[in-house]
Amino acid sequence: MDLFEHQARDIFEKHGVPVLRGIVATTPAQARAAALELLPADGGVVVVKAQVKTGGRGKAGGVKLARSADEAESVAAQILGMDIKGHTVHRVMVAEGARIEEEYYFSLLLDRAERRYLAMASVEGGVEIEQLAVERPEALARVAVDPRVGIDAAKAAEIVAAAGFADDVAPAVADIAQRLWDVYRSEDATLVEVNPLVRTADGAVIALDGKVTLDENAGFRHPDHEGLVDAEAADPLEAKAKAAGLNYVKLDGEVGIIGNGAGLVMSTLDVVAYAGEAHGGVRPANFLDIGGGASAEVMAAGLDVILNDPQVLSVFVNVFGGITACDAVANGIVKALEILGEAETKPLVVRLDGNNVAEGRRILREAAHPLVVLADTMDGGADRAAEIAYAATQA
Amino acid sequence: MAIFIDETSRVIVQGMTGSEGQKHTRRMLASGTSIVGGVNPRKAGSTVEFTYSDGAGAPGAATVPVFGSVADAMAATGADVSVVFVPPAFTKAAVMEAVDAGIGLVVIITEGVPVADTAEFFSYARAAGVRLIGPNCPGLISPAASNVGIIPADIAGSGPIGLVSKSGTLTYQMMYELRDLGFSTAIGIGGDPIIGTTHIDALAAFEADPNTEVIVLIGEIGGDAEERAAAFVQASVTKPVVGYVAGFTAPEGKTMGHAGAIVSGSSGTAQAKKEALEAAGVAVGKTPSETAALVRALVTR
Repeated sequence: MDLFEHQARDIFEKHGVPVLRGIVATTPAQARAAALELLPADGGVVVVKAQVKTGGRGKAGGVKLARSADEAESVAAQILGMDIKGHTVHRVMVAEGARIEEEYYFSLLLDRAERRYLAMASVEGGVEIEQLAVERPEALARVAVDPRVGIDAAKAAEIVAAAGFADDVAPAVADIAQRLWDVYRSEDATLVEVNPLVRTADGAVIALDGKVTLDENAGFRHPDHEGLVDAEAADPLEAKAKAAGLNYVKLDGEVGIIGNGAGLVMSTLDVVAYAGEAHGGVRPANFLDIGGGASAEVMAAGLDVILNDPQVLSVFVNVFGGITACDAVANGIVKALEILGEAETKPLVVRLDGNNVAEGRRILREAAHPLVVLADTMDGGADRAAEIAYAATQA
Repeated sequence: MAIFIDETSRVIVQGMTGSEGQKHTRRMLASGTSIVGGVNPRKAGSTVEFTYSDGAGAPGAATVPVFGSVADAMAATGADVSVVFVPPAFTKAAVMEAVDAGIGLVVIITEGVPVADTAEFFSYARAAGVRLIGPNCPGLISPAASNVGIIPADIAGSGPIGLVSKSGTLTYQMMYELRDLGFSTAIGIGGDPIIGTTHIDALAAFEADPNTEVIVLIGEIGGDAEERAAAFVQASVTKPVVGYVAGFTAPEGKTMGHAGAIVSGSSGTAQAKKEALEAAGVAVGKTPSETAALVRALVTR
């Protein structure tokens, strides 16, 4: 789960990482009140920052300075509701201004290939780090971090030296590196990035912007993380599927997909897209993995989500019975169709193979539901589902 | 011959007394696996009865003893493989216990293990020289010899193909497509961001296994394991390798079921993986059935 900047700021603060004060506002009036609270009596500025989970906010006009509460209100009015790379701005953070002297970069992430963690740091921050990594790799220090040791004082000193931080900021950066490790480890993050980390005119080192990704598998030991979920952003169908405990991702095509096992479902999407090339270019409408169980209730919940997608014109159910028996899946489909009744209006192509397949196919044949089409193979089923969807677009 | 497990493997089950552990222990026994014990500190000294008649092997029954620790189980039975079915919150402790006991191979079926836990126990196991497979994997099967995990034993028999895959059901699908040829070993390495045994480890083992003629490598979006495997194939594998990659239609930034299956920016795409494999001389099928056809052409040649 990716966090908003303001959520990352709060988590940093909780772990003693120096940050500026910031107040979230969802209306221009709230932004005005926040600015009144944050603006120093002797002038100065606040920064109004769009809260969206994507990069390039500054370039898109989503980050603006304000010298007064009036100005904060008016720039917040401009930024709220703005679209940044497909993300609508629902809230801004009004943050204290800082007199920035230098910008640095720091991140901690998973190194999947080496199966440990990687700390990256640079004294050339504030830029697109991917660009820096390509153009001037020598300017980006990469230091391996042992998961069993983490960033202790020695490792922090190693990172600071590798990146070439000047002596006057090195101790502060080393301290922040250890605190960011504390964020990473104790919050079960898979990414902690500070860009930029800045040195201000008065010599303080501060995390000015942060990006944090949390490991959802670790949710059981972080009940507080539930409160960080952004309910507004979820696609309504994805939210409905999540509430039913289903693993669903909405896509843009016309062929609804249900399968068991993440790999087989991904493969099914591809095979449908491939089959669609011969049928007017129809594409998969979703990813939906019903997992090992595939009970009638799970099947009904899955079908219910997919049939509520107005773009869906046909559905392809592709199940390989490994642990799951095909007769149980077939019974699940039959019962799901009973539960849905009149709500089921779209053709359902079903391919079953594996454990107890003969019985599974017999159950579906005997049920003889008018909308159910049996397919012998995965390729054949994908082709049939694509063909039906395309025919519906022509109707 | 096979890789990692064979008919001499003596297997213990951590989490055998739980519902999943019990269900799959029965299935493993039914397919002929030598299950010599279970581990549960609260039930040490007891036994669990299993009867089976639905497996690939002969019908039968077994009485499996429960030990208080992996070390006790190894001392009493000579076990050399452990398979882990304990819940995510307890997986790290279970794996570290097995590593401490000095077992050679730990197969972790559990899904939903926090990646920090995996990073930690992997580092621990690597330092001790213990091989891990998984987590979040279906395990592995050397048909007619040993079956450790949850792969159905009746899909395919033994034969000349070695298969390595991140995905469980895609492993089953590919075994089904090639059931007439059979497998030396089929191994599901798991779809998490950090896994104990990689495509490269399996490729190296299949290359050294005299009974494996053709290797099937199944990948999916996320990370760069397939690209690294492609470089390894080019440098170190002489046997023919056929590839398949799932996730061409996956959108950027969405996790597709497996925790590790995510396209980030332009990295981790199926297209990049396919191109890397093809550049290394690996024939890549567009669909599972086309992949199977490519394999078949190589075996019958």
